[in-house]
Amino acid sequence: MPMSNIRSYDERIKNFSWSIAEEELDYKPGQQINIGWYCSDRICKMGKGDKYALLWENAMGVEKKYTYNDLRLASNTIGHFLRSIGIKAEDRVCIFLERIPELYLSFVGILKIGAVAQPLFSAFGEESLFVRLENAETKAVITQRKHLGKVRKIIDKLPHLEHIIVVDHDGKKVLNDNEVVFSLESAKPVEDLEIHPTVAESPSVLHYTSGTTGQPKGVKHVHYSLISQYLTTKWVLDLQEDDIYWCTADPGWVTGTSYGIIGPFSMGVTQCVLEAGFSAEAWYKFIDKYKVTMWYSAPTAIRSLMKAGDDLVKKYSLSSLRHLASVGEPLNAEAVIWAEKVYGIPFYDTYWQTETGSMMLCNYPGMKVKPGSMGKPFPGITAAVLDEKTYEPITEPGKIGLIGFKPDWPALMRTYWRNEETFNKKFENGWYLPGDRARIDDDGYYWFVGRDDDVINTGGHLVSPFEVESALLEHEGVAESAVVSKPDDINMEVVKAFVTLKPGFEPNKDTELQVMNFIRKKLSPLAMPQEIEFVDKLPKTRSGKIMRRILHAKEWGEEIGDVSTLEDDE
Amino acid sequence: MEEMKDIVLEYVIEEYLEDPDEEITYDTPLISGGIVDSFSMVSLKRFLENKYSISIPDEDATPEAFDSVDKIVDLVNQFLK
Repeated sequence: MPMSNIRSYDERIKNFSWSIAEEELDYKPGQQINIGWYCSDRICKMGKGDKYALLWENAMGVEKKYTYNDLRLASNTIGHFLRSIGIKAEDRVCIFLERIPELYLSFVGILKIGAVAQPLFSAFGEESLFVRLENAETKAVITQRKHLGKVRKIIDKLPHLEHIIVVDHDGKKVLNDNEVVFSLESAKPVEDLEIHPTVAESPSVLHYTSGTTGQPKGVKHVHYSLISQYLTTKWVLDLQEDDIYWCTADPGWVTGTSYGIIGPFSMGVTQCVLEAGFSAEAWYKFIDKYKVTMWYSAPTAIRSLMKAGDDLVKKYSLSSLRHLASVGEPLNAEAVIWAEKVYGIPFYDTYWQTETGSMMLCNYPGMKVKPGSMGKPFPGITAAVLDEKTYEPITEPGKIGLIGFKPDWPALMRTYWRNEETFNKKFENGWYLPGDRARIDDDGYYWFVGRDDDVINTGGHLVSPFEVESALLEHEGVAESAVVSKPDDINMEVVKAFVTLKPGFEPNKDTELQVMNFIRKKLSPLAMPQEIEFVDKLPKTRSGKIMRRILHAKEWGEEIGDVSTLEDDE
Repeated sequence: MEEMKDIVLEYVIEEYLEDPDEEITYDTPLISGGIVDSFSMVSLKRFLENKYSISIPDEDATPEAFDSVDKIVDLVNQFLK
């Protein structure tokens, strides 16, 4: 087994500077830096143009392969096309695609011309899509014909949206005036594209994330984020020259871009993508077929694999795997131990979020893994557990507080798009607060305790109770609603809604299904309540505010706490 | 049996198929094919339980068991009295 890239965590901590990444990338402060160029042209200049960048397969077994030179040409071609229709630097271009090759190639192409890539989860319903495109004042959407209908339903309400680009048009659907076909297969490859002279603080990626209140927030990242993303990929995921890497995340979410595009491509590593729904057998078959060596996945998937059983593992050769990592929500100790038993190596948990842009707390190759722990701060990251009132670091091991990071690493978000006020609230006493609570043990390992707000983390994706409640009220039968999480073996927690109905609507199973489907189509399958409980009334304060925490406590079997403000506790 | 197949197929087309031009059959992969995701599977399970007055235990509601209309019909038949 080759030596790990990080070699010794303790030594790296002592001698750390982000200039390590800058030097490896031949970047000097003040110079131009463009993630798209680093992910394609630079790798070709290093003599690796013939190396595979992307090995892609879909559920039907269709395969496509792209070398780094293919990636360079395809991203040039897409960038050239976008410029030809009037897309300029800093314009937002939404990628509303399933995990087809055009998603990965477009992302790189958008960055090359200095535009801002806005990837959105393709399962989003029209309302979820609308609020994100409206907030970002998105100028173009790249999509595929199966999702065109959702875009068409909202385009009249989006004055900034000028172009809808369809990448798989088959000629059957009649396109509207603002819809244009782009096909990589038929476009003339563009050998030379002028890379936009982006600098460290030029905007690069806009990801949307949910909060407890208000609409989703657009997290603005910049090209300098590459510095963090490159080095964390190298030291935590430990990607090496001959690795075959598989990141199972969808680039509609930050893991899928930071570590499913930027990290591996900037290192010139071969990565593979399976565009298919989850199936334990299909996943093992994929690892076996492509001889995956490094696998970055999520606790929800890992628990689903556990559920599928140990015998299935034996049907496939998984001996190529040499390193595993996880992200999205805390990885339970049982899953770490199970992986070591069946795969021969444990999953190394990592903790970070959309706003941090890169990994913050991690388990590292060569460092002892404590199953269930998030690990230790990445070198260069100053982390602490803070007192919840004073925001001063807690020095006593085991005491619970808020996670805080000194806001000085390259990939930290620069703002929430058009929402500076909410951005400023993320900082207290010189610390960035990700909104989670934790404790630190005697050895300096961090242990996740819970969220500090009502946001629901289901299967590693954040869902805003406010957003679901607002959508519920648009259903003709819903009078009032309160949305909380409930425990779930696979997804850690799922969405549950408490609903009071308007007169004329029956609280029965058919109504429940109708409301579930309403939310699924309007927002997304993630936001769909997995259970709806019809109640006569919701617990409220005397001033009329719904006491969500009472419902949450009941679902989780916790103490309800102070109910002195409850309007009626009969 | 055939009638149940058509009812389930029609429901999947109506509720989960994003592209009206896309054609699916009784054996089209639904879960592994990305037409129905694991979260949406809950609503499909609820539909089957309501429609056929059955209760499908969670341990039987696996992605594999829901991966095509044919498989779903087999599953439902196990729980029909």
